[in-house]
Amino acid sequence: MIETRNVKVSLGGRPILHGIDFTAIAGEITAIVGPNGSGKSTFLKALSGDLDSMGEIRIDGRDLRSLKPWQAAGLRAVLPQATSLSFPFTVREIVRLGLMGGRSGVADRDLETLPDRALSTVDLSGFAGRHYQELSGGEQQRVQLARVLCQVWEPVLDGQARYLFLDEPVSSLDIKHQLVIMNVARDYARRGGGVIAVLHDLNLTAMYADRMMMLNEGRVAAFGAPADLLTDELIETVFDCRLRVGVAPLGNVPFVLPQSIRA
Amino acid sequence: MRRARPAGDRSHIARLTILGLAGALVFVSLFSLTAGASDASVVDLIRATLSSDIEISARDRVIIYDIRLPRVALGILIGAALAVSGAVMQGLFRNPLADPGLVGVSAGAGLGAISIIVLGGTTLGPVVALLGIYALPFAAFLGGLATTLLLYKVATRRGQTSVATMLLAGIALGAMAGAFSGVLVYLADDNQLRDLTFWGLGSLAGATWTKILAAGPIIVLALVASPFLARGLNALALGEGAAHHLGVPVQRLKNIAIVAVAAATGASVAVSGGIGFVGIVVPHLLRLSIGPDHRYLLPASALLGASLLLLADAVSRTIVAPAELPIGIVTAAVGAPFFLWILLRRRGVLDL
Repeated sequence: MIETRNVKVSLGGRPILHGIDFTAIAGEITAIVGPNGSGKSTFLKALSGDLDSMGEIRIDGRDLRSLKPWQAAGLRAVLPQATSLSFPFTVREIVRLGLMGGRSGVADRDLETLPDRALSTVDLSGFAGRHYQELSGGEQQRVQLARVLCQVWEPVLDGQARYLFLDEPVSSLDIKHQLVIMNVARDYARRGGGVIAVLHDLNLTAMYADRMMMLNEGRVAAFGAPADLLTDELIETVFDCRLRVGVAPLGNVPFVLPQSIRA
Repeated sequence: MRRARPAGDRSHIARLTILGLAGALVFVSLFSLTAGASDASVVDLIRATLSSDIEISARDRVIIYDIRLPRVALGILIGAALAVSGAVMQGLFRNPLADPGLVGVSAGAGLGAISIIVLGGTTLGPVVALLGIYALPFAAFLGGLATTLLLYKVATRRGQTSVATMLLAGIALGAMAGAFSGVLVYLADDNQLRDLTFWGLGSLAGATWTKILAAGPIIVLALVASPFLARGLNALALGEGAAHHLGVPVQRLKNIAIVAVAAATGASVAVSGGIGFVGIVVPHLLRLSIGPDHRYLLPASALLGASLLLLADAVSRTIVAPAELPIGIVTAAVGAPFFLWILLRRRGVLDL
């Protein structure tokens, strides 16, 4: 379980987060949603140790910030929003970086092929020999996810649940791969790991998240199950946008929801 | 049947390249020992050592042991130091254009060296008395360290390095070091001016065992430290945040990398003056063939840098024989067009 109490972050003297209480449980996908500038990414950066923060951040009772980098790397892996490289690495070389901590949790004889398994998980089989810089933004994002998966491949290692921190994992992806990636996240959670994801898509959130935190102006606007939180009133308050939940468009305007995917 | 190499895995090419480069360095070193204005031959020397039948003149012995051998040894040390400090610096700044010579680190190291050359007899006398032959490389190391630290502070904000800021800050730092150096040159007497001019052009001429003893240990220390940076530098290619998430102690990595770059550059500059472009050409060529994995890039850079500098030295000795051209002129004449070629081919890197 990852727990935060009263987490505050200031950037350049300006307070961004005003005391966030948050809980993410292993076995679940916990989504963080909110309008632009509400502090979603800042909160995830505080969780992953990129930003200095005040307040408590605990993973299974241990202070996450006091762990050594290599200890933390065995407990959680972090997918950034975008990663650009200035050196000509191949896809395999990038994915392999996920193995450097040695806490993937697979047998030594399977380590060599783990990058290939991870790439096929994110629907990039056969991309290992390509140059990372030649890929599209969405493909690069999935390569990074494959790397992140390699780092904590087994959701539970030595009885310890591990976590994926995903910062807008699907924002640069087409609809098919949005679903592929969200299924990877769900599968990780079902097998005992925890997933914390910043999401922009409320439909995907409703479809995949077990719990969600709504942030607004650096404060928790609501925390709970999507079924309870996705209401006309809350969405209007948080997003300043008068939307209605569960209403199909009038007339013949086509609409496509990810929920309509055929099994 | 052998298992097929997995696609995108260049480690076997890298290992073969390193073996080939090691062989090439042995060959080039032997060639350098043999070639020269005198016809003293290493083969004769080896034969004379092995068997008592063959006599070798004392003159040839001196030429090989006290002139050519230290020159080759110094060439290997400097070439390896320049190439490795280039590769480490590029890894640290996540950019293939970072080079100690381009971004003012060499100029800073030069300022340190010039201070000792000019003020060693007067103001800095106690330092020279304390450190002896190590005063010059140590001062150059301090100058390089100060510049690298300053450059990193200026160019890197929240773990992201701005290339434009880095290059511009490098120009400013280089100019500043140049200005202070100018003041010292103004203060120098005639003998010191002569020393400074030849030192500044960069040369392996006048290599002595004393110089090797002074700069060698610092360079070897930096070279030995570099393999321990390799995995961290690979992770750092993804950015400081991602490297931290992968479990790399980023701050410690950066500190060691900065000190290693400053030490290798400083010691090289102290004994051989400004030899440019080795640090940018060598790693770039190698990345094209074996990829950017620092576990292979760093040793390969050391080997190729050593070979190339020995070759450049051979060119500088023969092109205007019996006089010799400062080696810095040779490396700049070849390296500067190469650098422009990188810029033309990869305009994109500046936009990062």
